[in-house]
Amino acid sequence: MIKTNKDLLQYYNKITKESSKNDLEIIVSMGTCGIAAGTTPVLDELKKGIQEKGLSNKVTITESGCMGLCHSEPSIEVIDHKASKSIVYGDVKPEHALDILSNGVNPINGPTLINRTWYYPEDESKKENCPQARVVLRNTGRINPESIEQYIMQKGYQALGKTLCEMSPDDVVKSIMDSGLRGRGGGGFPTGKKWSLAKAVSADQKYVLCNADEGDPGAFMDRAVLEGDPHAVIEAMAIAGYAIGATKGGIYIRAEYPLAIKRLQIALNQAREMGFLGKNIFGSAFDFDIEIKYGAGAFVCGEETALIHSIEGMRGEPSFKPPFPAVAGLWAKPTIVNNVETYANIPAIIRKGADWFKTIGTPNSPGTKVFALAGKIKKVGLVEVPMGTTLGDMIFKIGEGIRNDREFKAVQTGGPSGGCITAKSIDTPIDYDSLRALGSMMGSGGMIVMDEDDCMVNIAKYFLEFTLDESCGKCTPCRIGNTRLYEMLDDITKGRGTQQTLFKLRDLAHVIKDTSLCGLGQSSPNPVLSTLANFIDEYEVHIYEKKCPAGVCRELIQYTIEADKCTGCTLCARNCPVSCISGERKQPHVIDQSKCIKCGVCYEACKFHAITKN
Amino acid sequence: MTQESSCCNGAIGSDNVLNMYPEKRKLLKEYIDVLPIGDDRNFNKGFLIQTLHKAQEIYGFLPESVQLFVADQLKLHVSAVYGVISFYSYFTDKPTGKYKINICTGTACFVRGAGRLVEEFERYLGIKEGETTEDKKFSLGGLRCVGACSLAPVVMVNDKVYGKVTTKMVPEIINDCE
Ligand SMILES: Cc1cc2nc3c(=O)[nH]c(=O)nc-3n(C[C@H](O)[C@H](O)[C@H](O)COP(=O)(O)O)c2cc1C
Ligand code: FES
Repeated sequence: MIKTNKDLLQYYNKITKESSKNDLEIIVSMGTCGIAAGTTPVLDELKKGIQEKGLSNKVTITESGCMGLCHSEPSIEVIDHKASKSIVYGDVKPEHALDILSNGVNPINGPTLINRTWYYPEDESKKENCPQARVVLRNTGRINPESIEQYIMQKGYQALGKTLCEMSPDDVVKSIMDSGLRGRGGGGFPTGKKWSLAKAVSADQKYVLCNADEGDPGAFMDRAVLEGDPHAVIEAMAIAGYAIGATKGGIYIRAEYPLAIKRLQIALNQAREMGFLGKNIFGSAFDFDIEIKYGAGAFVCGEETALIHSIEGMRGEPSFKPPFPAVAGLWAKPTIVNNVETYANIPAIIRKGADWFKTIGTPNSPGTKVFALAGKIKKVGLVEVPMGTTLGDMIFKIGEGIRNDREFKAVQTGGPSGGCITAKSIDTPIDYDSLRALGSMMGSGGMIVMDEDDCMVNIAKYFLEFTLDESCGKCTPCRIGNTRLYEMLDDITKGRGTQQTLFKLRDLAHVIKDTSLCGLGQSSPNPVLSTLANFIDEYEVHIYEKKCPAGVCRELIQYTIEADKCTGCTLCARNCPVSCISGERKQPHVIDQSKCIKCGVCYEACKFHAITKN
Repeated sequence: MTQESSCCNGAIGSDNVLNMYPEKRKLLKEYIDVLPIGDDRNFNKGFLIQTLHKAQEIYGFLPESVQLFVADQLKLHVSAVYGVISFYSYFTDKPTGKYKINICTGTACFVRGAGRLVEEFERYLGIKEGETTEDKKFSLGGLRCVGACSLAPVVMVNDKVYGKVTTKMVPEIINDCE
């Protein structure tokens, strides 16, 4: 049990000195993505090798969260603590294990050598060629998330100790206010202001909630933080509780994240055992505990009022604001709802101060932002950059450009509520205000890169389908309006669109935006409006020429075999799922258009580029 | 809200799932018994979603008899229970297949061809998304981002993740289930 700030420092010194880590440490990335890509056999082989070679007092294995190198999982980092050297490998196979064990930090052949593009602003100064700055991810991929000792060795819970022993609640709120931290869940509302609103209301009970619903499909930042560094969120929530005067906290998490839930549960139990949660924390009069609450698959529950209703055991329908949750939230008591990433910033701000935090990022958006880079990008992964980094740097420097050397077309930020940003805005610095000016939004950090093979009308249709599926149905503009929008887009992609459709599309989109009840409906037309603004030519070709330039919309394309290029290898016919390709061996083949389902399998199978799509 | 009376005392619903498996019922009852259920319905409601998660974990789905049982135990009206089940896509009141094939339809998977996979699975199994095969072996569904976007498109069969799936792999994946 840690009773005072001094206890914690003594314990920190003790475990740092007696650290059971050997000179050589191998960090194995055991996040959901790593495990899915096959990290477990690599880990087993490393453990086996250590046993067989009798290295157990020379090499330590640390099972960490995601290192962010999703493109090259399984990934590991080998650190030589004595020589202060390290090396990062990607695409590691079990058969590399023995080689790695005998070579330490000297590079071996086989796995991919990874260029380290990140640095840790809390411990080191800015490094050349390191566009990434890890504040939120400072522990993710570096420590074992199931070990509270390792978190404490990274100065964990010192921020909580400092707030409880040295600061008044007002000091804490002021510190967060001064840091300029804005909510990372999408809206960008100043966190300090939210806390001060909740603090100002007097009530017998207040609540601190963490939004871990992460509904944006194709985004996984919050999952990575919870899987890689759960204690940071717990510590921050306790700090928030002290600041606003709450004794109860809740983490609302998607049921689809079983590994994150498991690691959170372990972390909560450890924090209780050590006395960081419970009664009289750090010997003060402050009590605080946290419960986990489960989502059940509804995107709208990411919206804070819907989230609160869901915790209350009701349908997750949003309600009109005001009153804001900070005044009347969970069980009608003052409640703050913050995103996982927002919380993960708090301990660093308290430890290093608001002024330090403001040295990172831009004046209006201090700090960093974590993005999940995915889609048609070479290096899919988790990246954390200072606010103000340009989109171009993200995509071409960190993400190393587009897969298969295709042409970059657009990047979607903000998920189904956001918009697309095109090549002409590639030099825009990423912060809340510039993205909004471009008709998109920061969103929670999903960033989907699209190339010339993506049809933007179809993308808009995809997002609307998502909205339709997720609309709770409480208000008419969202429920009916989006259905009509979807039908119009469907018409356009199927060659039934007219000039009228285009006008109506734009009009209705604006009406839905202006009249919907909650953020879901108000932002649902964004993908339509932003593709209309940037890719009107694509819409027009669909409507007037009945063609899909990217070759995606089925009704508007046809596959044909060019007789002079076809060698009659029969590969296409053998691959066709509906057997609509006929022809003798060594003779040109033909596609029966009446049976063709336009799946494109033949197009991809043909080695002679004899199949055309138009 | 507080005046509504618990009308479902004793009702057993149109199916017999609850009574068919006494050991499952016992598990669920044990789970509910340790919850601090009181007379305040609004307070009890706070435990509804977690109880339904548990019930679905035990039974695989939430048939009417189980809904009535949960309503009765938490002293809620069954409409409140059904309202929650129908709202959240995670809950289902229909039995699902032994192998739940879920295709990720998150944005990253979508731009890398998840749509085609859905069609191929539908064609191969002869059912539509959201349906279960007659022999109750396979159900087909969608899923939003499992967080393995680097492996897009992703298909999950129960807890197993398949990455970089192509239409050609569909028969293989089905055979894997045997
Ligand atoms: C439709 C909709 C979905 C949302 N989904 C999420 C989400 O998945 N995660 C999240 O943190 N915030 C989400 N938000 C934003 C929350 O309402 C809320 O602003 C946020 O949790 C506040 O935390 P922050 O200030 O730390 O960002 C969503 C908002 C809307 C309108
Ligand atoms: S979008 Fe499919 S795993 Fe993320």
